[in-house]
Amino acid sequence: MLETTALPRKATLAPPLDTRYQVETPEGIDLPLRPAGLMVRALAFTIDLGLRGLILGLLFMVLAFLGKLGAGLGSILLFVVSWWYMVLFEVLNQGRSPGKQWMGLRVVHDDGTPIGWSASLLRNLLRFVDMLPFGYFLGAISCLQHPTFKRLGDLAAGTLVIYREQPLTRPQLPDAPPRRAAFALTLTEQRAILGFAERQGELSEARAGELASILAQPLHVSAPQAVAELNGIARGLLGPT
Amino acid sequence: MKQSLFESRHKTEWEQFALMLERLERGKETSRVASFPSDYRRLCQHLALAQERGYSSFLVDSLQQQVLRGHQQLYRHRSWLRANVLSFILADFPRLVREQWPFVLAASLIFFGSLIGIGLLVYLFPELVYNLIPAEQVSEMQSMYDPVAGHLGRLAERAASEDWEMFGYYIMHNIGIAFQTFASGLLFGLGSAFFLFFNGLMIGAVAGHLTHIGYGQTFWSFVIGHGAFELSAIALAGAAGLQLGWALIAPGRLPRAEALRVAASKSVLLICGVMLFLLIAAFIEAYWSSRTGVTPLTKYLVGAALWVLVATYLLFAGRTRHAPE
Repeated sequence: MLETTALPRKATLAPPLDTRYQVETPEGIDLPLRPAGLMVRALAFTIDLGLRGLILGLLFMVLAFLGKLGAGLGSILLFVVSWWYMVLFEVLNQGRSPGKQWMGLRVVHDDGTPIGWSASLLRNLLRFVDMLPFGYFLGAISCLQHPTFKRLGDLAAGTLVIYREQPLTRPQLPDAPPRRAAFALTLTEQRAILGFAERQGELSEARAGELASILAQPLHVSAPQAVAELNGIARGLLGPT
Repeated sequence: MKQSLFESRHKTEWEQFALMLERLERGKETSRVASFPSDYRRLCQHLALAQERGYSSFLVDSLQQQVLRGHQQLYRHRSWLRANVLSFILADFPRLVREQWPFVLAASLIFFGSLIGIGLLVYLFPELVYNLIPAEQVSEMQSMYDPVAGHLGRLAERAASEDWEMFGYYIMHNIGIAFQTFASGLLFGLGSAFFLFFNGLMIGAVAGHLTHIGYGQTFWSFVIGHGAFELSAIALAGAAGLQLGWALIAPGRLPRAEALRVAASKSVLLICGVMLFLLIAAFIEAYWSSRTGVTPLTKYLVGAALWVLVATYLLFAGRTRHAPE
């Protein structure tokens, strides 16, 4: 029976299977954020590094024609690009430097709000320590051992690098005559059946049949009919469209 | 209530909320969103209902996304500093420096202690400088401050038209050093202490050496003006770094991570002030200190006045309750 998979009474809640990080809002809602891991962040940083090199290379070529004035401007630009590139992009572009934008990431405060000047400045100044003693060694260690993948700068600034929300498209529920389940469903069962119907487009027919056949016995139907039965229940739960 | 009924009942509301969100995210027409907080809380209620009634993942997830975006708009941190630049300069920065006096004192002791100590040592035992600085750098320094050369600054063949170039160089070089000194404080304060000590050592050695060989006049008249801002800025950057390190060593009643966050949010304000100091210093260094037409006496007087100014500013600005805010 399905109930056997439920947690035994008084058991502590198991930590989630994935790396989602829950922010509780003042309204009592738990908002899940998805922190980004080391690899994707390293790729984003590499893109930013290349882009910065490109910008500086082009600017220095232009400034070389301006002589001494150009050299002064060049120094200031080198300073701006090496220390302020990340800060400016993060604050003015909703937490996304070009590399992060490319990889679908953004930086937010721990409470899920957009990053501001002081936090961004702090996390990017402390990047210097993350890079010690060579090649992001300390940053990588801190990132790997932290449950939400924070490097040292993130720890001090109270920031989080998360995956950006992708716009959702409405899934098409498979056609089936709506029906009522033979017994009362719990909330999780209800969510599971609806989820099965919504994601059926992504599953192969054989896999859908295999998954549904697990429920054939409690639903009192034969295994081949289980998919249609579940879709029917899902339609029934959803209501007339 | 069935999910489809719930959806069709609130659909227009959600669409309007999405439009409002887009307006807010683009930061325009923010005057016509007075109903935003109540709409947002209503959306939160819808999300809670959808979760409680076991509606499908698609609905719950899309409501969650909307709520997250609304949360980001409603609870975003307003930039405190941007609105209060003037009061930060006039009152809050010196107040902060005084509030953090133990760290400022420690950083100043390390920095100025090593500077003066090694300066005296090199002055008394001149050959010591070659243990600290490579010989070719020493001779480079000597040619820079050679009284017969008539030019001043980090490059021997310096002319007045190069002021702009040097201004850029000073900004990059000095603020870079200040940032390093601050950031390395995260290593339990050791990094900041090291950079403070090391920079003090280098500056002290050069000062002692140049004074010993008789170039004191050109050297001191050059550095005294911008030194007021530059050296105190380095010490303050070190103080900010030590503060970070101390939060890790002795977090008090908070967990270490939390203590670090609290200390960091204060120290980043110090760093903003340090940047301001260094900008002023770079300006003075490029346009005043390097001028050769001024007699050394004038430079000493102006330099002394600047030191007094910095000290007065840090010690007394913002003392009154109703500081000019």
